Amino acid sequence: MAESAIELVGIDKRFGAVHANRDIHLRVEKGTIHGIIGENGAGKSTLMSILYGFYQADNGEIRINGAPARISDPNTAIALGIGMVHQHFMLVENFTVLENVMLGVEGAPLLKRGIAKARAELKRLEQEYQLDVDPDALIEELPVGLQQRVEILKALYRGAEILVLDEPTGVLTPAEADHLFRILEQLKAQGKTIVLITHKLREIMAVTDNVSVMRQGSMVATRKTTETTVEELAELMVGRRVLLRVQKGEAKPGEVKLSVENLTVRDSRGVIMVDNASFTVRAGEIVGIAGVAGNGQSQLIETVAGIRTAVSGRVLLDGQVIDITGAADPGELRDRGLAHVPEDRHHMGLVLAFEEYENSILGYHDDPLYLNGPFLDIQAIQADARKKIEKYDIRPSDPRLKTANFSGGNQQKIVLAREIERDPGVLIIGQPTRGVDVGAIEFIHKRIIEMRDAGKAVLLVSVELDEIRSLSDRILVMFAGRIVGERDSDASEGELGLLMAGVEQQEAAE
Amino acid sequence: MSQPFAKLPAWADYGLLPLINVIVAFFVAGLVVLLVGESPIDAAVLMVKGALGSGDGIGYTLYYATNFIFTGLCVAVAFHCGLFNIGGEGQAYVGGLGVALVGLGLGSVLPWWLTFPLAIIASAIVGALWAFIPAWLQAKRGSHVVITTIMFNFIGASLMVYLLVGILKAPGTQAPETRVFGPGGQLPDLGWLLGMFGLNMRSAPLNISFLLALVAAFVVWLLIWRTKLGYEIRTMGHSPKAARYAGISEVRITIVTMLISGALAGMAAINPIMGAQHRMQLEFVAGAGFVGIAVALMGRSHPVGIVLAAILFGVLYQGGAEIAFDMPNISRDMIVIIQGLVILFAGALEHMFRPSLLRLFQRLARTKQQATPAVATGGGQ
Repeated sequence: MAESAIELVGIDKRFGAVHANRDIHLRVEKGTIHGIIGENGAGKSTLMSILYGFYQADNGEIRINGAPARISDPNTAIALGIGMVHQHFMLVENFTVLENVMLGVEGAPLLKRGIAKARAELKRLEQEYQLDVDPDALIEELPVGLQQRVEILKALYRGAEILVLDEPTGVLTPAEADHLFRILEQLKAQGKTIVLITHKLREIMAVTDNVSVMRQGSMVATRKTTETTVEELAELMVGRRVLLRVQKGEAKPGEVKLSVENLTVRDSRGVIMVDNASFTVRAGEIVGIAGVAGNGQSQLIETVAGIRTAVSGRVLLDGQVIDITGAADPGELRDRGLAHVPEDRHHMGLVLAFEEYENSILGYHDDPLYLNGPFLDIQAIQADARKKIEKYDIRPSDPRLKTANFSGGNQQKIVLAREIERDPGVLIIGQPTRGVDVGAIEFIHKRIIEMRDAGKAVLLVSVELDEIRSLSDRILVMFAGRIVGERDSDASEGELGLLMAGVEQQEAAE
Repeated sequence: MSQPFAKLPAWADYGLLPLINVIVAFFVAGLVVLLVGESPIDAAVLMVKGALGSGDGIGYTLYYATNFIFTGLCVAVAFHCGLFNIGGEGQAYVGGLGVALVGLGLGSVLPWWLTFPLAIIASAIVGALWAFIPAWLQAKRGSHVVITTIMFNFIGASLMVYLLVGILKAPGTQAPETRVFGPGGQLPDLGWLLGMFGLNMRSAPLNISFLLALVAAFVVWLLIWRTKLGYEIRTMGHSPKAARYAGISEVRITIVTMLISGALAGMAAINPIMGAQHRMQLEFVAGAGFVGIAVALMGRSHPVGIVLAAILFGVLYQGGAEIAFDMPNISRDMIVIIQGLVILFAGALEHMFRPSLLRLFQRLARTKQQATPAVATGGGQ
């Protein structure tokens, strides 16, 4: 048996009533890529935070390279050769690559000598691992994929032998993700050990040697990747059989419900976010907008939903103009049958500090159904909330519980129940399953298909390409604010991936 | 990835934590008393006795508390909308104009039970108007309400000096104050109420506006938690993005909330003017607007908490006056230091003890859970 780089023995961690990690045993072999998968809230991040010294385990032992280690803070972890690449990058945006890499390990109060040393070392690392990045480029000017490389360089510069990556592909295009995997292979070939945390089964199959599955705080299984299947892993994650592919019949598109013509939107700094976009959504079809996060999809749906103001263009709902350049009001649009499940459920779709029933009327609080003169009809609202809780199997089934205490999947169900139960003609959905556990994804996808089959027009935005492909009847791809292509739902991932990266467009320009 | 959540039980959050803060504040204040060579225990006894030990002590304590309830509610309503109205002082000061006009103009004509509601309306309108310009600037222009309300405190103070040494000054006197109102401009005291408990209020100025303050606290509770407007205010306060999403106009809700907030501050002027002095004097607010900030913080912006915190500060004011009177080494300024310490610990350092308390509760919960292992709950679903 090969040497082990990390060994976790009986790790246990509680936060109040939440048992985040229970009696975890994990062995990661030296020089391998080890995947850890699990639903949101399964305890993956907690476990890695313990390994990196952010938290202390209540019980259990950590062994690094066979020797017991007490990791009391991240500095200890770094000294032991553990490097961490966080899901959200920890980079100073207006510093250069070099400055970011040497941050915290400058070596002396005066920077000059440190810079020279860092530059030489950085060059060596870049050559050794083929991590090309211009050391003098500003972080804010680098694409996300390169920023991630800087994070990896930072870890290597600090002498990391074990690299932990937390959901590294969430912000990457498929092509960038593939590039990252090649880098990881390269690192492995040089003898580094890599722990990859993800909830994407496809990535696990593509790149790991071994995979461990976590469920509700426990480590439920460890497999050799070659000896397992996607189906088995999904079942281990959720604890029951799941349908990974939604089943749906043919679409029967009807009349045009939503029509967007030459829409242009600028952000508060005047940067063009949506550039002359035109498309239609018909009754009884799902139109999916694919794209890497930050290419204008958010601004597009927020404008159509009346939250953001457009510079120019026209939007028609049921043939009637929406005043998107002026006084469009989300409340008025709701009355006209347009429902919106926003991307940012934590800040926009819900008020987390509210009790569940209070959120069940957000946006519909003007409805006389919920009012008694100027007063809220609390009884009626709670009764209504209970009905939705039952119908959407929202757990725990308590309308008086604070919304922040629901899991991501259940929070999303609260929003969906509120918007779908209004029986809108047009439904706009942003990131329907972001941060949602696998079991709830299946449920949410089914509801969306049901809406379509009931003859509603559905506009779907998601950064999960798989989701777009499995749900949509037509797929639009956005890149740099423009709709760069329209494809059928059977378009290949590679084709869409190229469009998402703006490749076709650049070629056309040349 | 999900954050592990941890919360204190409500009774610890709203009861135990403020109590710890107050105890620590008094402990540090005790050190200060020790430093100037007096016995902290004697001082504490003096303070409690002075504030709560006699009918007139209680009368004064509740009289001060009346002001603080109004200004505390003023700050709390704005808090719920995510606005920090520091202008309670100025809004109460200028709100006094409304009270004074009713008192001067109608005090000799109408009985108190008619001037009282008129004074409520007039003070609320003037207070609200004084909050309107900062509110409008915030809503339309994004000028931060903290800055503008502070500036309006100064403008209000200068305006009132101008009026009280000029137009409103009683003829033939040197004092910058109005003439004494007619009998209809003088509110009845609450001696009968304390009398029911066998207490003699003597000359203490506790008056019927204390009851108005309690009614206002209840109305604010209704407004915030039971009306559509309150729902919109809270949505805005927790998340402006959610408010936009829900079709709530940011401009409208900001202005309406500030108007309500200003109106509550304006009503604070009734207590000293019509209830106690029966005329309007210079500086009659005496810092109550700022104490209201501490009261709202300590009371967690909840009317019940605000009433309790206001009474605590009433005790500090009244008891502090007694200490200053009886202990020669402790001047009035020392009392201000002690009050400042309470504000520091109860307001500004509100969260200082939270983490350790949280850890303690977690440890308790854990041992309890180990005793009954069957109730362990998973994190995910």
